[in-house]
Amino acid sequence: MMVRYYWWKVLAGILLLYAVIAGFIVSVPETMILQTMRNLFYHVGMWFGMFAMLITSFIYSLRYLRGFREKEDIRAVEAVNVGMMFGMLGIITGMVWANYTWGVPWVKDPKLNGAAVGIFIYLAYLILRGSIDDHQKRAKVSAVYNIFAFILWIVFVLILPRLSGESIHPGRETSPVLPMHLDPGMRFVFYPAMLGWILLGFWILDIRVRIRKIKLTMENW
Amino acid sequence: MFFTETKNLIIKEIKLELKQKYVINGILLYLVSTIYVTYLAFDNVITPETWNSLFWIILLFVAVNGISKSFAQESPARFLYYYTLASPQSVVVAKIVYNLLLMVILSSLSFLFFLLLMGNKVVNMPLFILALILGSLGLSSILTMVAAIASRASQNFSLMAILSFPIVLPLLATLMKISNAALNDAQFAGNEGFIVILITINLAVVILAYVLFPYLWRD
Repeated sequence: MMVRYYWWKVLAGILLLYAVIAGFIVSVPETMILQTMRNLFYHVGMWFGMFAMLITSFIYSLRYLRGFREKEDIRAVEAVNVGMMFGMLGIITGMVWANYTWGVPWVKDPKLNGAAVGIFIYLAYLILRGSIDDHQKRAKVSAVYNIFAFILWIVFVLILPRLSGESIHPGRETSPVLPMHLDPGMRFVFYPAMLGWILLGFWILDIRVRIRKIKLTMENW
Repeated sequence: MFFTETKNLIIKEIKLELKQKYVINGILLYLVSTIYVTYLAFDNVITPETWNSLFWIILLFVAVNGISKSFAQESPARFLYYYTLASPQSVVVAKIVYNLLLMVILSSLSFLFFLLLMGNKVVNMPLFILALILGSLGLSSILTMVAAIASRASQNFSLMAILSFPIVLPLLATLMKISNAALNDAQFAGNEGFIVILITINLAVVILAYVLFPYLWRD
């Protein structure tokens, strides 16, 4: 797929190196949470990575139902795997951060609920795939489940928090996805870092898809 | 053409059920025993929030149990016969409508039984009944679709439960918010947003089921 072009992988590496170094050097505004604000570049990066991977998986599921090409099914499931990795890391970094800021690792909050439900939905997707043996049926059924579950999940994540009133979890002022009230100094690190995390997600996806294709070819000899 | 097909399929489902009465009796017994166990477990010290959560959790389990059988009852040979006769869209809409009727009956009975045993904590009755109806439609459409998906996988009840709980969570969270409001306040204001969300979820699920079911139907 993207083997011939690798500029974006180099870019991912550079951006993340920048994010890690500059993330600790840039000056953060004086708020209650002091220096832990720096976690913004990494924890939110996990969220963006997961979101990008799950949207990718959704698109590949749609494309699978159009043409029934197996490689699109492979990409869909590997995107879910990478998305789950990002999700778990996001939850862990979030819990550590929350424990420091709010005193408890988990609260009842729409954004956290959305993240947890998303992880449950996609774990169920992986279990569904595990329970079907015939690979064409598995691809078709899991594509249908992916599309169905993703749309419901989007409704949950994007719409419910707006209606639930105050949320202890930051990022609600304009939208749950892009915090606009970010300190200008931090913005210089934030946007490149987010791009870096998303590109890293695609890089890992690319490698996993290639490994799986090789395994399939070896099995079919 | 579509409407006559769907109508006939719904009539077929109802007749099948009335002939055997297997599902409905089993579910009614399940419902009654679960509510009775809850009644025994709580000694009258029950806040409106607890009442609410217990009601919806019991209704959720009853729904999953009842609807999980909807695709598993008929033999694959008969499904092949339906495949030649009717379009997949009519099949799925017929199943959703039938399950909706089932859910409305089950939720009303649940509610009545709950009132009988756990007392009436509902302040805003019309709002609660609206939540019941929208909830029944939502649960029926989501669980019918998940039952269709699970029936194509192994014939395993636990798979149906695993798949349905995360998907049903958004619907359930909204329903609980509305019914909590119905238990505490006597006014409608402030809940329009949640009702709009419920209607949106219901519409989205039915449309998705209509579009996606044909892919599950051909084997």
